[in-house]
Formats: sequence, structure tokens, C-alpha cells
Amino acid sequence: MTPLGGTGGFMEHKNINVKLKVWKQKNSQTAGRFETYEAKNISTEMSFLEMFDVLNEELISDGKEPITFDHDCREGICGTCSMYINGRPHGPWHATTTCQLHMRAFNDGETIVVEPWRANAFPVIKDLMVDRTAFERIIQAGGFISVNTGNAVDANAIPVDKDKADASFAAAACIGCGACVAACKNSSAMLFVSAKVTHLALLPQGEPERRTRALNMVAQMDKEGFGGCTNTGACEAVCPKEISIDNIARLNKEYLAAGLLSEK
Amino acid sequence: MLDAKIPQEVPLDNKWTYYKGHCKLVNPANKRRLEVIVVGTGLAGASAAAALGELGYQVKAFCFQDSPRRAHSIAAQGGINAAKNYQNDGDSVFRLFYDTIKGGDYRAREANVHRLAEVSTNIIDQCVAQGVPFAREYGGLLSNRSFGGTQVQRTFYAAGQTGQQLLIGAYQAMERQVALGNVKMYSRHEMLDVVMIDGKARGIICRNLVTGKLERFFGHAVLLCTGGYGNVFYLSTNAMGCNVTAIWKAHKKGAWFGNPCFTQIHPTCIPVTGDHQSKLTLMSESLRNDGRIWVPKKQGDNRKPNEIPEEERDYYLERRYPAFGNLVPRDVASRAAKERCDAGYGVGTSKQAVYLDYADAIKRYGKIEAGKQAMENADEATIILLGKEVVKEKYGNLFDMYEKITGENPYEVPMRIYPAVHYTMGGLWVDYELMTTVPGLYCLGEANFSDHGANRLGASALMQGLADGYFVIPYTMGNYMSAEIRTKAISTDHPAFEETEKAVADRINQLMNIKGKQTVESFHKRLGKIMWNKCGMARNAEGLKQAISEIQQLKKDFWSDLRIPGEINEMNPELDKAGRVADFIELGELMCMDALQRNESCGGHFREESQTPEGEADRKDDEFAYVSSWEFKGENQWELHKEELKFEVAKPSKRSYK
Ligand SMILES: Cc1cc2nc3c(=O)[nH]c(=O)nc-3n(C[C@H](O)[C@H](O)[C@H](O)COP(=O)(O)OP(=O)(O)OC[C@H]3O[C@@H](n4cnc5c(N)ncnc54)[C@H](O)[C@@H]3O)c2cc1C
Ligand code: SF4
Ligand code: FES
Repeated sequence: MTPLGGTGGFMEHKNINVKLKVWKQKNSQTAGRFETYEAKNISTEMSFLEMFDVLNEELISDGKEPITFDHDCREGICGTCSMYINGRPHGPWHATTTCQLHMRAFNDGETIVVEPWRANAFPVIKDLMVDRTAFERIIQAGGFISVNTGNAVDANAIPVDKDKADASFAAAACIGCGACVAACKNSSAMLFVSAKVTHLALLPQGEPERRTRALNMVAQMDKEGFGGCTNTGACEAVCPKEISIDNIARLNKEYLAAGLLSEK
Repeated sequence: MLDAKIPQEVPLDNKWTYYKGHCKLVNPANKRRLEVIVVGTGLAGASAAAALGELGYQVKAFCFQDSPRRAHSIAAQGGINAAKNYQNDGDSVFRLFYDTIKGGDYRAREANVHRLAEVSTNIIDQCVAQGVPFAREYGGLLSNRSFGGTQVQRTFYAAGQTGQQLLIGAYQAMERQVALGNVKMYSRHEMLDVVMIDGKARGIICRNLVTGKLERFFGHAVLLCTGGYGNVFYLSTNAMGCNVTAIWKAHKKGAWFGNPCFTQIHPTCIPVTGDHQSKLTLMSESLRNDGRIWVPKKQGDNRKPNEIPEEERDYYLERRYPAFGNLVPRDVASRAAKERCDAGYGVGTSKQAVYLDYADAIKRYGKIEAGKQAMENADEATIILLGKEVVKEKYGNLFDMYEKITGENPYEVPMRIYPAVHYTMGGLWVDYELMTTVPGLYCLGEANFSDHGANRLGASALMQGLADGYFVIPYTMGNYMSAEIRTKAISTDHPAFEETEKAVADRINQLMNIKGKQTVESFHKRLGKIMWNKCGMARNAEGLKQAISEIQQLKKDFWSDLRIPGEINEMNPELDKAGRVADFIELGELMCMDALQRNESCGGHFREESQTPEGEADRKDDEFAYVSSWEFKGENQWELHKEELKFEVAKPSKRSYK
């Protein structure tokens, strides 16, 4: 779905009422359940998270518990927001994070179901907020180029083929949100890992560590409890940064090559 | 007296080389015994943590987000400056230095700015070596673009995601040090106070945001890299969590605050739509390269933009500033938009907006494209179609973002824009070594006051953050740490830790026990309105005095009628926010005092009493060529200290864009 379907440039704004079924969970130790809320008089100009702000203000004023969710930049770039909306990570709009989703995506009277990312490797902290530090440990396993500060040669000393640089950039656009994991029936982190491996493998600077990087990052991914990849493509479909599933194929190749070479 | 510790022995262009050759060093074995706390892991903090970890210091790094990769540096769009002169267009270290001093309206320190220009070139080398995928030309070499306030092309970029790519580079360098055991990372930790022992900064108290528990951390030195405080205005282009808390606590422990009122208001942001608005989104400055800004010539004109004929439009920037037109610096463009809207010419439902129109650019590019494709008699529709393609390639991601937020198609109707708070030039006062007035306490990145004077040029905040972290602090910290090699790690059972933790706990309890009726958000919004109306784009003595008394009243209301739901010992975002808003309220008062004291107009600070007959800013060098550094003296009390600014190389001149 696109944000603007044939409205001739302008959008008419109105107010709507929606019903929300939201996952509430006190902490990682307790069981969660759905709770129902009414959000009334919501302007279609609001973002989805602003609708939550309005609802939370009302809840607090009524002496009730607000809903906890993760967010920060609200510009679609930090990767913090993470809601599973009507059965889809980040909701109905294509290539759009939760924070960029706006209320005109919904109809008056609609019921919206909101859940946290669900994956063993992403335990719930509270309500819609999960712990994604497993991603950090995957990066620690090899998602970098080993160069100390001050060691660099002149930036133009190593030309990089423009197409490769562009492809590397496209993979580097991953915001680490975890939607790919949330969408995958195996909770696999392959799209995330492959994006990082591709970003670095396509650059000459990343070449020396290419093999160990792929092996170590995949090993860490397994250790964290993410599932295996069965190529269903659900990850690519929900990725807000349109990270291509071709990266997974490249990761598989890198991994195989590395495996063969390490059996000396 | 404020001593900035600038090396006096040699002239400006040699100071940094001289400093590096003469500062004290710490040998590797001793570094391993020295602990450093880095609060904040944006560009400044992550680069510092990585560089110090590589040197062998034991680093502990902290951020309030769930991952260091999410610091607000991630949101920077446009690019990063460096004096590489790859375009052979006359750039040099001196020119970058000079542009930055002039752009800052002669309110920055020459020695710091020159050093910044010098190390700018190392930054690009380092980032490329780390694998930052900057934009490249077909020959495989790096591409540059131009940015406001300069005549050379020195801005390096990665599409519209430069900040993201630079931060990921620094983040990965830091994670590598985490893997090597040199850096320990504490995410979802918020620093709530500095621990002082014998007059030196020796640690911090944090709240673990997941458990709600307070934790103590020791460091031989403490670095604050906690970003800007634009959210004191409630609405800004900053992320929701950006706050002043860390540097405010340090301020109350003895770190003086430099130029608190210097705020940058960016001219091209998506306007406010209603009371629900939670933040404002920047539309990159690059849009002013091709777009034309206008309002109707008639007041209160309610026609749709496309129904207003050409001769009834006022392209006010082109009218007022024929030499620079739509490309005047940020502060000038912002004030001009406000002037039109205040005079009743604003557009959109709120009337607090002006048009940024691409219709001409689309036609212009369309014609060029038709020419390229040898379509001699292309009709209007074809030209527009071709033009839209070109514009899409250049600005597509920005146009998409505009459409997602507003529901309007900017290829068809002009965008509506309005200025918004974007960056704070003010921050903790630091000397040449980036040390605050508290020994052992440093401040890096947007959180300090240095380098940008009264107005920051585009693409130079990223440069400053990485300069501070990768290339300045690794040297300057040694000068202090070399005297600390005999200081054993201090146990966090030390009474100073106990007392500080207790004070933090008491304040949290006090907040929770108010049990009033009003939400944190409602107080924050009230503060934002006062600041925006009276300490925003234009300021005057009367308004500022009113603001100060309104803020004092707001503070009373806050501490007597605040309601925070939930418990202390759990994840409680409302409690986190309450602490931050309490600090913003106090900061707001100081900002107004600073703005009141500086009765001149310079850079982003416009005092209505100090303008030329044509309404342009009137800077007063004979009275105000100094940094205002404020010492906290107790509730509602501050003492002003002045650091005189001497311009030995870049002689002050009037900024004119007519
Ligand atoms: C939308 C936008 C676009 C921009 N575009 C550009 C551009 O194109 N070019 C340019 O040069 N500049 C740009 N800027 C400015 C630039 O991005 C920032 O000035 C710069 O990135 C700030 O970096 P920093 O490291 O100082 O702070 P930040 O990146 O904000 O990092 C702050 C860190 O401190 C932590 N922190 C804060 N408080 C606490 C606390 N109490 N306890 C623990 N941790 C804490 C946070 O978790 C975070 O890790 C832009 C800014 C914005 C908002
Ligand atoms: S690959 Fe896409 S969905 Fe997965 S973490 Fe990165 S940006 Fe998010
Ligand atoms: S809040 Fe940053 S991507 Fe959504």
C-alpha cells in the first residue's frame, strides 16, 4: 500500500475512532495478555505513535498504566520503534517504520492489533518493548573492519567501483530494527546478518577479514537462538529499508567459500 | 579567570602540532590501569570510546537507548565537511577555518576551530578505512556536494543518510573494542549524576532503565558526550529522548555552561499540524538549492497554491537578498519566514508555514533533459514528466518522506515548510583540551559549546563530533591522565558514591511522591511554548523577563502537581521523562537569562533591540566579543564569567547577504 492513493496531491484530513488490542506484559518474567483500548477523535494527520501518545496521556490522567513502547528518532532511521501491527512488523505501509506510519492508513471504527516483536532471541522487557542486544553480539563477532584510529591511508588512495560502492551502501542502510526476525516463521536473523556481511564484503577495505567475518557472525547468530533460513522471503517483504534477499544468497556463498577454505 | 589553555608559544596554524608535540603521554602499561567513563555513544562518544579502547584504556560506555547504534547522530542527513580539496576548487584548512569562524558570526574560539579544520581530513580517511560507504563518482573516487554558507564543494555524504553511515562506522569500531574486552557497554542506562572526590570527577550514578535500580561506576576521568538540548523547546528535529540531564547535573556540580542561549533554528522543516505533534522533521537544506520559497502577496489568502497566479506571489528571500536569494544562511532564512507569517502572510491551515516550490525546478530540469534527449518540440506535459524524473533522482527520498508525513504530493503541490529548533551551539564550557571547569570532567560533541560560535554551518557538527572523539581527546586526555597513574581505582563503596547515590534516589522519590494531576508531557509542552515564543527566533528584554518568571512558576507547578504512573523499580518511561523535563525547566531559565544579558544580535541569537533599520542583525563586537560562561550558584542563581575572544587571524567583518 502507498501512503497516497490517487488523491491528486492533496489529502483531506478527518478525525476517526479506533479500537486497539494491545499486548500488555509487566516484565520478562510474567505472562502477557491483550488489553483493549478505545482511541477517540484521532486526527488522520497524526502518526501512529502520536496516537499512542494521546492514548497514554488519557490513561495517565485516568490513573491507569500507560503502554510502554520503544521509539526515539520518529524519522524512520534509528531503528528503535518496533511494533507488530495487524499481523505485520511496522504495520501496513510498504518500506515504512512504525514511527512513519500515519493514522490515515486506518478507517474509522477499525480494530488494530498491536504486539511486540516475537522471537526467543528478543525477550519482552515490557509491553511492546523487547531486548535486541543479541544483534549487538552478532556485530561484535565480526561486523567491523579491524583498523585502529590513525592508521588510515588517504581516502582516495583506494578507488572503489561505483556500482559496488552503491550496492554496499544499499546493504549498509539496514537500521537494525529486527522486523526481519519478527516476520520470519523461524525467527531467523539472516537478512540482518547478510546485510552487514554484504556491506563490508563489497568494499576492498573489508576484504582481508571477509571469510572469518561470515563464519563468526553466523556462528554467533546460531548461538543467540535465531532460527535457520528457509527462504520464504517474509523478511524482505517487511524490511523498512528494502534490504534485498539477494544479500542472503551472497552470505551463503561467502559462508560456503569460507568453510571450504578453512578446511586447510 | 577563565583560561582556555590555548598554546601561546606559536602562531595559530602551528598550535595543534605544537600541542601534540609537547603534551604528556601515558605509557601502555599504565593505560591498562586507567579507567575512563564515556557517557553517550553518538558520533562523539562512540568515536572516543573506540579510540581510547584502542589505546588500551579501560573504557565503560553508556547510552539510554537500547543500542549505541541508535544515538541521534543517526538522523543527520546532509553530510560532513572536510578540507580535502579533492575538487581542486580552492579549498584549504584555512578556508574551512575561516568559513566556520565567519559562519559562527565571530563568537567561536580561533584555536579550536583551526584544529577542527586541520583534523577534518583525517576523519574522512579514517571513516573510509572503516568501510563507511560514502557516495562515489564513476572513477571510483569520493564525491562531494556543496552546502550552505560556503563557495567550495567540501561536503562528503552517503545519500541522505550520512549520519547513519558515520555512526555505524564508529559503532562498529567500538563494538570491536567491546569484543576485545577494552570497552564495556551499558545500554539502557541513564546517567543521573557525577561523583566528585577531592574536587575531581571520579564517577557517575546511573539508573538502569530496565530494572529501575541505581548503579555506581568509577572512572579516573569522565567524558560527557550526550548531545544537544534542543528538546527544551519541546518541539525540535531532535529525537524524543534527547535531553540535557547529563550536562545539567555536571553543571550543578561545578561545570560552567557556555552560551546557553545560542540555538540554531533550521528554516526547512515540516510544519506543526496540531496539538498532538510530538516532534518536527527536517527537510534537508539541500532542497533550497533548487526550490523557491514564497508566500502570497495578499494577507490571509486562502486560495490553493496552484490557484495563485505568478504575479500575486512574493518570493521574499529573492526580493530581500538578491545576491544569495533562497540560499541565505539558516538563521537569515528562518527569521524571514517568521517575519512573513507574523505579518499575516502565512499559508496552510495553521498559517504558520511558507511554500517551498519545485514547479520551476521541474520545468527547468525537464527542458535540460529534453535537450539532452534531442526532443526539440517537447510539449509542456512531457517536459514536466522529464523534470519530475530528474527531481526524483536528486531528492526522491525527501519527497517520499514529506508525502508520508503530510499526505501531500510535493511533485504536484508546493511543500509547506516552517523553521524548527535543530541544534544547540551552547553547551558545557570547555578549554582547548575539552575539559570542563571540573578537573577530570570532559565534554565532547554537541554537548559542549566550542567551535560553532553563534551559528553552526551545515555539515560541520558531524565533523566536530568525530574530531573530538577520534583525534582530539586521545591526546588531550593524556595530559591529565599522566598525573593519575598512581591513583588506584576507587571503590564505589567510597562515601562520595554513597552520598551521591542517595541524593539521586531522594530526588526520584520526591518526583514519584508528588502524586499530582498533571502529566509530564503537559509540563514539557508548556515549557516549550514559553521558550519558543519568548526565547526563539526573535527575543526582546521584556519577553525574556516574562519568560523567566513564567518558567519559575512552571517549576513550582511541576514540583507540586506532577503525576507519574508506575513504580521506581521497573521500566518506567514516564519517570525517565520527568527527570529530564525537571532539568529542562531549570535550563530554560538560564537560557533566558543568557539571552537577556547578551543585548546584541549575532548568528542565531536575534535581539529585536539590536537590529539595523532594514531589520538585519546588528552584532556589537566592542561590547560582546566574549563567550558567556555561567557558574551555578544555587536555585535560580548564576554568576557570569567572560572568556574574551581574540581574533588574530580572521578579523571580524559584517555578514551581509544582500
Ligand atoms: C535531523 C538532524 C539532521 C542533522 N544533519 C546534520 C548534517 O547533515 N551534518 C552535520 O554535520 N550535522 C547534522 N546534524 C547535527 C548532528 O547530527 C549532531 O549535532 C551530532 O550528531 C551530535 O552528536 P553527539 O555525539 O554529540 O550526540 P548524539 O548523537 O545525540 O548522542 C548522544 C548520546 O548521549 C547519550 N545520552 C544522552 N543523555 C544521556 C544520559 N543522561 N545518560 C546516558 N547517556 C546519555 C545518548 O544515548 C546518545 O548515545 C543534524 C541533526 C539533526 C537533529
Ligand atoms: S534487514 Fe531490514 S528488517 Fe532486518 S534489521 Fe535491517 S532494516 Fe530491520
Ligand atoms: S523511532 Fe527511529 S526508526 Fe522509528
